[in-house]
Amino acid sequence: MESPLSLMVAIPLVGMLLVLVLPSAAHNLIRWTAAAATVPPLLLAGWLFANFDRTEAGFQFVERYAWIPDFGIQYIVGIDGVSITMVLLTALLSFLCVFASWGIDKGVKGYFALFLLLDAAMVGVFVALDFVLFFLFWELMLLPMYFLIGVWGGPRREYAAIKFFLYTMAGSVLILLGILALYFATDPHTFDMTVMIASRDQYPATLQYVLWLAFFIGFAIKIPAFPFHTWLPDAHVEAPTAISVILAGVLLKMGTYGILRVNFAILPEATAELAYTLLGALGAFNIVYGALCAMAQTDLKKLVAYSSISHMGYVMLGMASFTQQGIDGAVLQMFNHGTVTAMLFLLVGVLYDRAHHREIYGFGGIAAVMPVYTGFVALAFFAALGLPGLSAFISEVLVLLGAWQRYPGLAAIGASAVILTAGYMLWTLQRVFLGPLNERYAGLPEISPREVFTLAPLAVLVIGLGVYPQPVLDLIDTTLAQLNAAIAPLL
Amino acid sequence: MDLGNVASLRFIAPELVLVAAALVVFVVDLLVRDDERLADIALGGLALALVSMALVPHELNGWLFGRMLFHDPFAAFFEVIFALSAMATVWMSMGSNEVRRMSQGEYYGLLLLGTVGACFMAAAANLLMAYLALETLSIVSYVLTGFVRHDRRSGEAALKYLIFGGVASGVMLYGMSWLFGLCGSLDLVVIHGVLESGDAPALPLFIAMVLMLAGLGFKISMVPFHMWAPDVYAGAPIPVAAFLSVASKAAGFALLVRLLLPTFSTAGSGGAWHFLAGVDWPQLLLVLSVVTMTVGNLAALQQSGVKRMLAYSGVAHAGYLLMGLVVLSTPGLEAMLFYLIAYYFMNLGAFAVLIVVHNHTGSDAIDGFRGLAWRGGAFPAVAMAAFLFSLIGVPPFVGFFAKLYLFAAVIEQKMYALALIGVLNSVISVGYYFLILRTMFLDRPPAGASAVVTTLHDYAILLILLTATCVFGLWSGPMFAFARYSLQFFAG
Repeated sequence: MESPLSLMVAIPLVGMLLVLVLPSAAHNLIRWTAAAATVPPLLLAGWLFANFDRTEAGFQFVERYAWIPDFGIQYIVGIDGVSITMVLLTALLSFLCVFASWGIDKGVKGYFALFLLLDAAMVGVFVALDFVLFFLFWELMLLPMYFLIGVWGGPRREYAAIKFFLYTMAGSVLILLGILALYFATDPHTFDMTVMIASRDQYPATLQYVLWLAFFIGFAIKIPAFPFHTWLPDAHVEAPTAISVILAGVLLKMGTYGILRVNFAILPEATAELAYTLLGALGAFNIVYGALCAMAQTDLKKLVAYSSISHMGYVMLGMASFTQQGIDGAVLQMFNHGTVTAMLFLLVGVLYDRAHHREIYGFGGIAAVMPVYTGFVALAFFAALGLPGLSAFISEVLVLLGAWQRYPGLAAIGASAVILTAGYMLWTLQRVFLGPLNERYAGLPEISPREVFTLAPLAVLVIGLGVYPQPVLDLIDTTLAQLNAAIAPLL
Repeated sequence: MDLGNVASLRFIAPELVLVAAALVVFVVDLLVRDDERLADIALGGLALALVSMALVPHELNGWLFGRMLFHDPFAAFFEVIFALSAMATVWMSMGSNEVRRMSQGEYYGLLLLGTVGACFMAAAANLLMAYLALETLSIVSYVLTGFVRHDRRSGEAALKYLIFGGVASGVMLYGMSWLFGLCGSLDLVVIHGVLESGDAPALPLFIAMVLMLAGLGFKISMVPFHMWAPDVYAGAPIPVAAFLSVASKAAGFALLVRLLLPTFSTAGSGGAWHFLAGVDWPQLLLVLSVVTMTVGNLAALQQSGVKRMLAYSGVAHAGYLLMGLVVLSTPGLEAMLFYLIAYYFMNLGAFAVLIVVHNHTGSDAIDGFRGLAWRGGAFPAVAMAAFLFSLIGVPPFVGFFAKLYLFAAVIEQKMYALALIGVLNSVISVGYYFLILRTMFLDRPPAGASAVVTTLHDYAILLILLTATCVFGLWSGPMFAFARYSLQFFAG
């Protein structure tokens, strides 16, 4: 049977080809075609959610074909508890972002064709279980991203696009070398990740350390972890709204996903040795550093960008704790950050479309003219600062609980940074939305139904998972327990 | 088998067809003066040559013409590459305004004869034959480079090429004479036997090898013998530059592999090769490979003309290709042959797009690409993007798989430093390939720029090369099998 996973990759590609043959002037037809191409993956994601076996730790819905037999390269797709959450997130955000891109009116055909290519590549990264296939999707993602930022971005788009490409490319060549070294270290030679995971005991310790660092640098650039993070503010600020959403909502997760999939699962000994410094301590540092940077920003989008660095720090800290709570919290945080930050970027986009600037000090009293909009903003901001009852609170608490058991010092640092987060979020809320109304913006129109349509599903998730996070935790728990059991005894 | 002159003829049917086609082109040009038909004749001749390549019996390997030529899969592989390169060159020339202004009879005729020279170079079983074939190709290249009459740059490029080439082949000839003195024969198989017996002293052998490397390094544009490339590419008509970048380079690699592996080395177990003479030439080649790719990439960063940029990119790719030799293993060589196929598609594609732009602007300056995607040139711009991504080595294009196989062979030999330098070079190359990408897509067209016209002819050739670039990577099984099969040397 055709695996739903292959279809989830293939359908956006078919949509891309359809978009390419449509006449360039038929803007609405192109938009609707793109939207239609993201619906089946979303439905399939729903089907996966319903049929996923929550008691099985290994890979499910696996499909396997010989591809380039001379090199042992296969087409293998499959998902476990970690990847299914990311696949769900990708399918949802891709669907919503088509509607968030409705306002694009320059080069519409090119934009949506590239967008669908990006969609296919993102799902591909999360479902690929053959290393060459994984790398192929990983790099394939860069091509549309370069053009989406570079052509449809803001004033400094050229700089931001090439910086993004060069950083990621530099990281991915290290990953490529790591993949090849793993290939030759596995006997018999194979690129099959499942075989590598099964034979993880045969890799010599020195090789593990070198490979761990190579993969880690490659993935850390994507997270992004200090000191590889400088591409992120530029790329986020210049990218069009929907692309910022994808970038923060999905692409950043690929860094931590890669570390779980490769460093944790294939190189456990090196993970046990290096995780404290390079994931735990660096994660705690990222939390504080990102928050402090965010506090200093006067551009709304840059503020959200730096807050992402801070929030991804929780993921790193949780992963490094090697406790069930911590590692569950980390993956839950990946999902929750995806929804919350997507909301934040969408909301910044809504305001920018109306006021044509994003200066925090240039507004004031917006709540009076856009009350519904302000309601959404308040929800997203409170979720981002970890208000109990909203989704990010659960994941951050789980991370801190887990981290406390292993490294109380780091947990204390991570917990106290919540104050910084609350600080910049609340100050921003006050400066932009409260206070006396800036007369220039007295006539701003309220949020449109299309914009509400892109925000509402995310708001439901933020509230829903804040009250009852079990649906996601059920998905990830078994897989992570098994992963943790392989590493925790080595500590 | 060891065939005499008459019995050998049917094995060189492709070359005979090419010579006949060249003669027909000359005669028709003399009698009819119908320029349109000449290119068709050349194309027909090349197609016929390709057909005869398929029909020549491949199950028999051996010597032809009294041990002057080899007949083996390795030679056949390169014959196919050369014929396809010439075919693409002729086809590109038909759509090039530059070529349209030249006297076409000599142009197409010489191109066919140059192809014959390249074919014999890959098949040479004797140093004398190798030298003659190399000179045939070289002299044709010199003339074709200077073919744009009344153009100072073209003439200057041809003269520079001639002087550089003359010196390089002279040095190589001198190296061959050393080798003859040491081994007492020009026959490659005999030389191999002498080396295997260990009678030849190591140091003079090394000197002979270095001297011969000068001539071959010149052909493959290896540093420090690469200086001609940017000037010659810039001065030559674009289709000729394309021919030089693919066919001439492949011919150089064919002879280099033939000399260094089956002649100077012996096949060991498990796909490893062992060098016979006491001197460590792989170490020398390793240094040359690293220097070549680094110099090529760094110099390409500085260029403002696309032809010069592609010339330096060609230098860098010669460096990557050399890695396949450095590792001294069968997987390395297979990867190298695959890389040559990949390079054929992606590099010719880049030149084909350059012709479209050049026809419009009359120059190869990068400014000509400004906003190409937004002024009627969306298809060539997208195609160019694919070719450039492929040249960088980004999936899913064929260039990625070529690099993957090559780096796999390097890692297999545990040469991690070389692999790291290689991939870092790929990152450097992003700098200049993206300059073109940025200019095409991110820059707006200059005010008052007219729309670029892409003819049906341009569409056809770009579509073929684009499809190949996209497909042969993802579906690299057949190409890889071809490369693997071709790695059979006849050795007596």
